[in-house]
Amino acid sequence: MRKVIPIAPLPVDEAMVSLYEAQKKLYPRSVSGFFARWRWGLVFATQLVFYGLPWLEWGQRQAVLFDLGARRFYIFGLVLYPQDFIYLTGLLVVSALSLFLFTAVAGRLWCGFACPQTVYTEIFLWIERRIEGDRTARMRLDSAPLSLEKLVKKWFKHLVWLGVALWTGFSFVGYFSPIRDLGLAFLQTRMGSWEVFWVAFYGLATYGNAGFLREQVCKYMCPYARFQSAMFDRDTLIVTYDQARGEPRGARSRKADLQALDLGACVDCTLCVQVCPTGIDIRNGLQYECISCGACADVCDTVMDKMNYPRGLIRFSTQNGVAARWTQSQMMRRALRPRVLIYSAVLVALCLGLLLSLVLRTPLKVDVVRDRAALSRIVEGGQLENVYRLQVMNATESPQRYRIAAQGLPGLALASDEFVNVEAAQSRWVAVRLHLPYGSVAAGSHPIHFEIKAVDAEPRVSEKSVFLVPR
Amino acid sequence: MSDFTSNFWSVYVAALTLIGIFACLILLWVTARKKVASSADNTTGHVWDEDLREMNNPMPRWWMWLFVLTIVFSLGYLAAYPGLGSYAGQLGWSTQGEYTLEVAKATRELEPLYARFTAMKPEDAAAQPEAMAIGERLFMNNCAQCHGSDARGSKGFPNLADGDWLHGGTPDKIRETITRGRTGTMPPMAAAVGTPDDVKNVANYVLSLSGSPHDSLRAALGKSKFAVCAACHGMDGKGNPALGAPNLADGVWLHGWGEAAIVAMINQGKVNQMPAQADKLTEAQIHLLTAYVWGLSNKADAVK
Repeated sequence: MRKVIPIAPLPVDEAMVSLYEAQKKLYPRSVSGFFARWRWGLVFATQLVFYGLPWLEWGQRQAVLFDLGARRFYIFGLVLYPQDFIYLTGLLVVSALSLFLFTAVAGRLWCGFACPQTVYTEIFLWIERRIEGDRTARMRLDSAPLSLEKLVKKWFKHLVWLGVALWTGFSFVGYFSPIRDLGLAFLQTRMGSWEVFWVAFYGLATYGNAGFLREQVCKYMCPYARFQSAMFDRDTLIVTYDQARGEPRGARSRKADLQALDLGACVDCTLCVQVCPTGIDIRNGLQYECISCGACADVCDTVMDKMNYPRGLIRFSTQNGVAARWTQSQMMRRALRPRVLIYSAVLVALCLGLLLSLVLRTPLKVDVVRDRAALSRIVEGGQLENVYRLQVMNATESPQRYRIAAQGLPGLALASDEFVNVEAAQSRWVAVRLHLPYGSVAAGSHPIHFEIKAVDAEPRVSEKSVFLVPR
Repeated sequence: MSDFTSNFWSVYVAALTLIGIFACLILLWVTARKKVASSADNTTGHVWDEDLREMNNPMPRWWMWLFVLTIVFSLGYLAAYPGLGSYAGQLGWSTQGEYTLEVAKATRELEPLYARFTAMKPEDAAAQPEAMAIGERLFMNNCAQCHGSDARGSKGFPNLADGDWLHGGTPDKIRETITRGRTGTMPPMAAAVGTPDDVKNVANYVLSLSGSPHDSLRAALGKSKFAVCAACHGMDGKGNPALGAPNLADGVWLHGWGEAAIVAMINQGKVNQMPAQADKLTEAQIHLLTAYVWGLSNKADAVK
């Protein structure tokens, strides 16, 4: 007889839950210390570059200008054409590799210290703190009923935020439209509609991201945040809570002797949670929300100092380091592991290649387009004539005179002007006619090449084409 | 605007679109809630691989409102713009209307630019680098297809950069050629000339006019037969711009060079046409093209 085993579901308490929840507003407490100083240093460094760069002049023009309308990209002494897009690709590859390298060595270093999201949130938080006060004051203000004081503070805060945001948008547009003219145009209220749009768009995006969305950008939107975790290993520097030293946590008197108590070093003051810009408790271990900003490490150190305990209950360390209680130098040695060395080698090679190609770059480009209308024709004197259109692109900042020559067939001669003048940073189409004595080569298509050389400068370019001989 | 005999497909598409949007809304509402085991530690009670517990990490609610926003947006969009079957939308926007507006805007913006040069005589405009640059762009878009990008033509398409003109090279004549087009007709003349041998003789005479390589004996014999050609090409073979009859005494051979080509032309004749541009180009554009084409063969005044 077959025996049937009945399947009985375990009694479980089930409840309907919403898969969306109202976001709890975070009130990060201000923090000072080693990592906070580093972050502020980087805030100043990155923003000095961002806000300042468009105002720099180079000769008669803006030092860094991406002129999309004219399709010329000026970076200090360089004049780039859309044809130089490969350099942007190179730059992006270098950036990606740097991200890989830094992440493998020190985790989400970019997130915590240099990412615009962090940097602008830091700036906006600072403004908020100056106007509304620190964490507790802000919480009290938000829960208080509407009053004149609250209204004034809130309005003032948003006004300053909007000011910073729009200045950011203005600086951004200043990279694409000469910023001094843009400023003048703004003062005379004659800015172009696209300029207004982009200043407003970039400005409001800054306002929304740094003022309201903040950590939610990192948690729900940012792809890097998620894939950086995939590059972690047990030797990656992360913000760690030393569980062995800290637990069991508990409040105690400052005068109490740690040895006598049945407690770890953690006094459970929850300051590490209060300063966290993403609202997590680092004592629960590594979490995907953690942006490695080190605020909890800074604040915990101040508490440890007060308690006269050694610093570093929360610190930058590696998983292996915490587990095996390694010293700093022991962890450093593990930084030189194969993946880091490979990333570094590829990165260095790529940077060198990119630099070399920039240095050796020819500031002249030529495109040869065979005339589409006339394949070949016979002209006076029994000469075969082919017509080409040459686009001569001058990538220097002075007018140039170029000499055109054609080679590749016996008797091939230039019938049009030998010299062509091209203005600074301009390109020009010229029609070029080549002559070949009739009957000197067989009918068909013959490879030739154009040699274009600046008359009194170095750049020289050789471009391939064909000469057609009719039957 | 309907391409169909009934509006069935229009209704079909519109209904499908609206049902699709509505279905998105229902899907959003249904999937926003889920029955899970309640627990204190925020896990769902699902455990895999011994200790891998699934946590309940809800998305922020504003995220859901973004979905709702897309639905609201799509409904607003469909009300304003054409998107629901053949419904034209409240704004009455169409690609054709947009195109017309853009062309009108461009014309408005270009008008003062052209006005500077339409006030000048073509000869003067040809001396302006800016006018020549505009002319070159117009030429590239409208003329280069036949006359070549260097305006030097090819077989059957006249060279505009030499000084040789079929219909006259004054600005007025050039303008007339561009505006109204030209038809050049060479009738088959074999019967009028005589025997095939006579045709060959005339061909050699024609070659002799420009000093091209020829058989002088045949040329001497052909000279008397050339009288029938002289009606259009003139006794001296120098052509007649009023008739569009080419000059046979220069070295320019539009339809081929040498005895064989000339014999074929006498025997078969040719009709060659330059299409009229009056409907395609504006008055101002034709003015600038006239200046450009005139400037090509009058470079002494024009800027290269």
